[in-house]
Amino acid sequence: MTTTTAERGPRRWLPHLGIAVIMVYCLAPFYWMVVSSLRRSNDLFDNTLLPSPLSTENYQAALDPQNKFLQGVLNSLIVASTTTVVGLVIALFTAYALARLDFRFKNAALAIIIATSMFPGISMIIPLFKLFSQIGWLNSYQGMIVPSLSFVLPLAVWNLTSFFRQMPYELEEAAQIDGCSPGQAFRKVILPLAAPGVFTTAIITFIAAWNEYIIARSMVNDPAYMTAPVVASMFTGSTQYDQPFGTQMAAGVIVTIPLVIMVLLFQRRIVAGLTAGGVK
Amino acid sequence: MATTVTVPAPPVAAPPGEPRRGRRRGVGRLAVLLVSPTFLVLTLVVGYPLIDALRLSFFQKNSGVDPTTGMVQEGEKFVGLGNFTDLFGSDQFLHALRNTTTLTIASVTIEVVVGVAMALIMNKAFAGRGLIRASILVPWAIPTAISALLWRWIFQTDGAANALLGTDTLWTTEGIPAWIAIVLADTWKTAPFIGLLVLAGLQIIPAEVYEAAKVDGANAWSTFWRITLPLVKPALIVAVLFRLLDVLRMFDLPYVMIGPGKQPVETVSVLAFQEAIQFTRFGPAAAMSTILFLYIAVVAFVFVKVLGADVIGSRVGGKR
Repeated sequence: MTTTTAERGPRRWLPHLGIAVIMVYCLAPFYWMVVSSLRRSNDLFDNTLLPSPLSTENYQAALDPQNKFLQGVLNSLIVASTTTVVGLVIALFTAYALARLDFRFKNAALAIIIATSMFPGISMIIPLFKLFSQIGWLNSYQGMIVPSLSFVLPLAVWNLTSFFRQMPYELEEAAQIDGCSPGQAFRKVILPLAAPGVFTTAIITFIAAWNEYIIARSMVNDPAYMTAPVVASMFTGSTQYDQPFGTQMAAGVIVTIPLVIMVLLFQRRIVAGLTAGGVK
Repeated sequence: MATTVTVPAPPVAAPPGEPRRGRRRGVGRLAVLLVSPTFLVLTLVVGYPLIDALRLSFFQKNSGVDPTTGMVQEGEKFVGLGNFTDLFGSDQFLHALRNTTTLTIASVTIEVVVGVAMALIMNKAFAGRGLIRASILVPWAIPTAISALLWRWIFQTDGAANALLGTDTLWTTEGIPAWIAIVLADTWKTAPFIGLLVLAGLQIIPAEVYEAAKVDGANAWSTFWRITLPLVKPALIVAVLFRLLDVLRMFDLPYVMIGPGKQPVETVSVLAFQEAIQFTRFGPAAAMSTILFLYIAVVAFVFVKVLGADVIGSRVGGKR
């Protein structure tokens, strides 16, 4: 051990200070959203660190049936969970093949799948919007779910592939020695062991689908089908120039809270999934 | 170690002798069967729209009255490269292209610097790792549209930013302040994410490497530039590439935070969205999105070919 004087001085407390700075950086804006949402509309522009008096006025306004915000949360749930389930089922088989089977063009296939996730959403939305307006898919759930697969599927394939890659190859060998076909090896050996990876991928894809905005904003203009972020971004005040910030912050907290809870519960898995799957 | 994190690793060893001895003929067929559903869906939701956007970009909506028949014209007419030549003569589009570029360069540069700094700090921390990890995930988890509303609120004229800075800047109206506000909001959301990826890269650098550097008398500065940075470079390049491509198509933040039609911050995605969805002028919108696609493709190509970004993680297959 080399303990120099420098390590006892600033080196000891500097990392702690750094950590404090990082946490303030990450949490302060979110904290501001929560605080603002709990103010009365009269003291909305107070810059005190704590709301006083506490008020649920903004939440009542956000949840007012007239705003259709609760419907928006329900729509978000429907769209995000359907997209996640459909994307995951399709991605599961593909990722298994890409990670565990040896075939020609394997890397090319993975490269193409990942490349599709980099394409700008707008270039898909314009033709799809035109197509959907012809086949009556505007203002429908499938009109949001199907285009969302364009980013959910590559994300899920990429994540699952890196999870499958981490499993020891001896597993399939043992299964094959025991007389399993590759399909049986997948079903009976790999899948049960991959459950944590599948679960992590599900969380990450769900968050990505829940946060989707441009597709939902483009394909829907009927409030009955709008997702929660779209509804929140379109809240209007009593006049056009009167932005209902308090209501928007309350809606923002409601949309974000499920995600923050997920992050708190599954942080280790999420980090492992995000970093194993490369990026995003 | 509380955490086990795997990451696009620096090229170490090839997977330990991929055991493909008992390969069967059926494997290829099985692979096609398993991979094809993904390709089918992606062809429908990505491939088809991409080609159709190219087709649409050669057409324009008919407008006005037909001089021979006196009827209001409908449908579309082929205009060749007309939409493209129009765009490159249009101030609005050129502004959008410039905004997209400057926002991308500024945001990604700042995000990388802040992200790497965060990773270095977190790598030194031994207490409260769970707490840090949870807080760093919060900006990542907040929907971009919601964070746009939040920053719009913070940057109000009588909002928190001006109160904190003691200024009266009109942040969300127009001009340079709006541009700065977007860069700040984007940095807030994504720098922690880059920090997370770099941290994962840092954690797989063996301690012996640093000990050797210490023995050789390297100071902290040269250790960072000569050892840490080269070793996290593969992870960092991939992270930067994905961020670049993500900011180039940026929509949510400028659209929700500042709104469409604000020339100093309007991105190509926002402009194309307005043209297509708001005004149903699909031809010019498709031309814009095609140009944006080509732009992104060139950036990706440069990163993969010139800088060797290992996007598919082919060099880390079979790691434990």
